[in-house]
Amino acid sequence: MFGIFKLALKLLTNDKGKFSALLMGVTFAVFLMIMMMSMFSGILSRASSSIDNVGAQIWVLDPAVNNVSSSIPMPDYVLDFAKSIKGVKHAEPIYFGGALVKLRDGTYQGVTVIGLDDATLYGRPNLIGGRIEDIFAENGFIVVKDAEFDKLENPVIGSEFEINDHRGKIVGIAKVSQSGLFGVPTLYTTYKRAITYIPSSRFTMSFVLIESKSPEDVPYIQDQIQHLGYQALTRDQFTNKIANFYKFHTGLGINVLIMTIISFIVGLSISGQTFYTFILENLEKFGALKAIGAKGRELVAMILVQTTFTCLIGYGLGVGLATSVMILARLRMPDYAAQVTYSNLSLAFVLVVIIAAFSSYVGVRKVLQIQPFDIFRG
Amino acid sequence: MEKIALRAVGLNKWFGDGEAKTFAVKDVSFEARAGEMLYIVGPSGSGKTTLLSMISGILEPNSGEVLIGGDDLWRLTSNDLADFRLNKIGFVFQDFHLFPRLTTAENVAIPLILKRMNWGEAIEIAKKYLDIVGLANKAGLPPVKLSGGEQQRVAIARAIVSQPDLLVLDEPTASLDGDTGRKIVEFIKENVLNENRCIIIVTHDNRIFEYADAIMKMEDGKLLGIERVKHEK
Repeated sequence: MFGIFKLALKLLTNDKGKFSALLMGVTFAVFLMIMMMSMFSGILSRASSSIDNVGAQIWVLDPAVNNVSSSIPMPDYVLDFAKSIKGVKHAEPIYFGGALVKLRDGTYQGVTVIGLDDATLYGRPNLIGGRIEDIFAENGFIVVKDAEFDKLENPVIGSEFEINDHRGKIVGIAKVSQSGLFGVPTLYTTYKRAITYIPSSRFTMSFVLIESKSPEDVPYIQDQIQHLGYQALTRDQFTNKIANFYKFHTGLGINVLIMTIISFIVGLSISGQTFYTFILENLEKFGALKAIGAKGRELVAMILVQTTFTCLIGYGLGVGLATSVMILARLRMPDYAAQVTYSNLSLAFVLVVIIAAFSSYVGVRKVLQIQPFDIFRG
Repeated sequence: MEKIALRAVGLNKWFGDGEAKTFAVKDVSFEARAGEMLYIVGPSGSGKTTLLSMISGILEPNSGEVLIGGDDLWRLTSNDLADFRLNKIGFVFQDFHLFPRLTTAENVAIPLILKRMNWGEAIEIAKKYLDIVGLANKAGLPPVKLSGGEQQRVAIARAIVSQPDLLVLDEPTASLDGDTGRKIVEFIKENVLNENRCIIIVTHDNRIFEYADAIMKMEDGKLLGIERVKHEK
């Protein structure tokens, strides 16, 4: 069968014009699909970056909260209650809020301020400069060195700035695994300083972070928190909740889905039509092969090899092209939110397999219909 | 006694039903002998190509038998029939039907590749057959770079590469000028025909009649008769 496969590939690849058109169709479709899905993945990943960066096991929140940046402050008794639940190792408050930093040239830059529990600093970031205990120093802030860092004019330890008309001083530089979605720099400080510097409502606690004694305690803790009228979500559950919010309640998901479907249809149309033309042009030759003694299943195998080969090459090129574009984009725009995930690659692969199956179907149908007698009859 | 290469018995082929029923071939019986070049001649629409298709196993007759080596071709399963065509019958089509994107050697090797022969081995054998038809130096060229006569010879090499007992040619000179056509048929007679092989040619080109060992005349789907020719040695 290897010889027949080689014959099929030679028939395909030696027709450089058609082969290029086929490849272009599949590559372009894969490129568009991967780009769309990767941008969406990037957005979802950025949207829940704080969850990863803080790293808490369980997050307690108001059930109406859909993402970290729009928290609904909770009363202090939620924290007291959480601490009292059997199976809770420790529970700490965390504050998420927005503030304005006045830059040296007089312009303002929005920042996210995260206030860590003064006693434990639970959820603190990894530092690449400075000491964590300096966060307790007067006006101490830790700045995150991510894609947004330069928006604060690349501060160093000791840099002073004005935040909501208060003095601030950089005492540490931190590294996080992922930047946020909204393109603003992040500053860490103590909980008390955060609620002092940033205007707050009656309640100040954005979330309660819980660490359980053992994983088996998590369902019980969640149940207890639910009885209080709040929600306790594990890291994955909170991430999924945010993802679902962006997917189903913002229009973003449906737009990306439509674009992905359009890309798929474009690829399907180009590949299907080009392959159909390729088969039509070679139909008499396939008839001649049948007359010579090729069996139907061998011709089907030849077509399957041709479409599979084209789609796999096109898939590889599409993924490569999309990845290259993302790398280039990130060189110019460090906060470019797009990431290629295994799920994206798998979904694109499934869609490419459908393109290959459709192209094969149109080809096989035509080739099986041709009768060798038609070749004699001319 | 001459060896019978093919025996057709009571072959009928019609198209349509009822009043629209039209006979393409009507009650044709004949024998073709090994070592013989048999022409099927007649005007257009006389059923030559339909008959050729039935005896070469690509168009099923409505009734009748095609016996090759004692087997009725049309009692074979479709897969066995395909194998039979691959191993026992060589085809030369009117328009050659060579693959323009393959080299001539690859074109010739196709029957061997379909027989699951190793690619490299098949190409080597194909080159030997290209040598037989005088095109050894054109093995690496695509067919489009060859003249009509050369393409015909490539088609002949492809047809004989699997050493078939029966070679069928449909209007082999139709796409060629008179001189080239005669040369091709002369070449087939001298180099392709052998005592174990029967060659059946459908043609209405009377310029090549001189090479025939037997001429079978058809008209309106009926066989008018077979005339066997005695050549002077």
